Amino acid sequence: MTRRLLPGAVLSALVILAALVSFVWTPGDVASVEVAQRLQPPSAAHWLGTDQLGRDILSMLMVGARTSIAVALLAVGIGIGAGVPLGLAAAALHGSWLDEVIMRGNDLIFAFPALVIAILITAIAGPGAVNAIVAIGIFNVPVFARLSRGAALSLWSRDFVLAARLAGKGKPRISAEHILPNLANLLIVQGTIQFSLGILAEAGLSYVGLGAQPPVPSWGRMLAEAQTLVAIAPHVALMPGLAIVLTVLGLNLLGDGLRDALDPRLRDLRT
Amino acid sequence: MLSYALRRLVSLALSLAVASLVVFLVVEVAPGDPARYMLGTGAQEDTVAALRAELGLDRPRVERYLAWVGGLLTGDLGTSYTYRTPVAQMVADRLWVSLPLALFALALSTLLAFPAGLYAAARRGRAGDVAVMGATQLGIAVPNFWFAMLLVLLFAINLGWFGAGGFPGWSDPLAAIKALTLPAVALALPQAAILARVLRSALIDVLGEDFIRTARAKGLTRFQALWRHGVRNALIPVLTIVGLQFSFLLAGAIIIEQVFFLPGLGRLIFQAISARDLIVVESVVMLLVFAVILVTFLTDLAYAWVDPRLRRRR
Repeated sequence: MTRRLLPGAVLSALVILAALVSFVWTPGDVASVEVAQRLQPPSAAHWLGTDQLGRDILSMLMVGARTSIAVALLAVGIGIGAGVPLGLAAAALHGSWLDEVIMRGNDLIFAFPALVIAILITAIAGPGAVNAIVAIGIFNVPVFARLSRGAALSLWSRDFVLAARLAGKGKPRISAEHILPNLANLLIVQGTIQFSLGILAEAGLSYVGLGAQPPVPSWGRMLAEAQTLVAIAPHVALMPGLAIVLTVLGLNLLGDGLRDALDPRLRDLRT
Repeated sequence: MLSYALRRLVSLALSLAVASLVVFLVVEVAPGDPARYMLGTGAQEDTVAALRAELGLDRPRVERYLAWVGGLLTGDLGTSYTYRTPVAQMVADRLWVSLPLALFALALSTLLAFPAGLYAAARRGRAGDVAVMGATQLGIAVPNFWFAMLLVLLFAINLGWFGAGGFPGWSDPLAAIKALTLPAVALALPQAAILARVLRSALIDVLGEDFIRTARAKGLTRFQALWRHGVRNALIPVLTIVGLQFSFLLAGAIIIEQVFFLPGLGRLIFQAISARDLIVVESVVMLLVFAVILVTFLTDLAYAWVDPRLRRRR
């Protein structure tokens, strides 16, 4: 169990810590341009080297982590905030027209190539972190709606829900008081996975110039700017990529580990 | 089977109708006045008015929507505002890059994932399984555009085996395939990691079935039993993922095409977005949505073909 949980938790905690620390301290100044110091390889003064403008890459990555985390986290928030109530409503009214409409609507969102629509939204509404959040968030909605509907449906036939109905509680109240708390584990696990997908999506959007705009550092844009320099200064392209890989890997391991820890029934199946 | 196919067909048509409405609303209604949006804020009033007339923006929205859908159905996607050429022709040209790229990547991903998933399932819980699963865990975490840059660094810049980007056209098929190789690998590897994991867990589920025990009792090794009896039964979840991946590869190629400067649909949509050519944007997005919905439909049919039990459901 701890085989995945521990490394996942450590990696994720490191990234979040780096982002938090960057609010009060970074090894270098991300706003200062020192052309004389440009494209330096990793050294004692600059642990991960410097970029094409002479900025300290470690500092850029720390500040960039804030963007990635904020965008992905808020996108998960949109997914849970809209998806879970929809899923709960669909389950409570199982078989009704509302259930049908919600589920078909979800299917429709799934049918849209997520990246294309994200690009479309940011193109029409203008590039920027907020629009990236909305674009990624929309695709989290059906994920959480489907998940909570499925899990809630099986809970509705359980005895404790029947008891609550006999006690005269209405469907909305049962959904909130008895169904929702039983979904918490599932939501935490799925939330972690969507969080890691959000990090990847944000990197992709900012790589093509549709995410957070300069001067806010972001991992995807660091990669885009490093692309033409890859032959002369590979470290400039390597470091942001490694930061993304380690963050996503950490979150995925954390999600898997949490699933094993929170749902012992699955542990044997997934060895 | 026929009635199942018909029911799926109705749902396909419905999804397409709703999708076209959404795309139309997002592209033509959300920005306010499309003509002003396309020309930018500094445009003269009479230029805007001329474009409005040319695009038919003076007509009611319902009429415009119906005309657009009618055009889509007859293959008339309108005329690009910036290039002054029929959008259908531009899309057809670009498809010759994007479609082979997606198919190439899908083939690579399947070729990599099947042996890996099969091996991991057969060696479940042992060192080989742990190694394959560790590699797939890493494969999922790698952004494909970064992986593409690493491939360029290694195979194009350092070893010089491939070009770093560009596309020579299909007049020389070998050169064309060579130009698509690195992009296809970059697209395929993360997808192969996902597919291998799905295949492994589907096979492990099948391993618990009675017919596998019977096959093993008959004297087949674990691997033989998996290969002869397990794979076909594990195909349902695998087909879902392969279907999803094809659409993902077609749309996901957008970013990879940027890395390798490939003149595919992805670059077309980016050029159109930066030129604010809404007619091109609208058509390409609709085409990609159509491809995704169509592939989902075909996947559903493939299920019913592989597993007759599914035909009765729904």
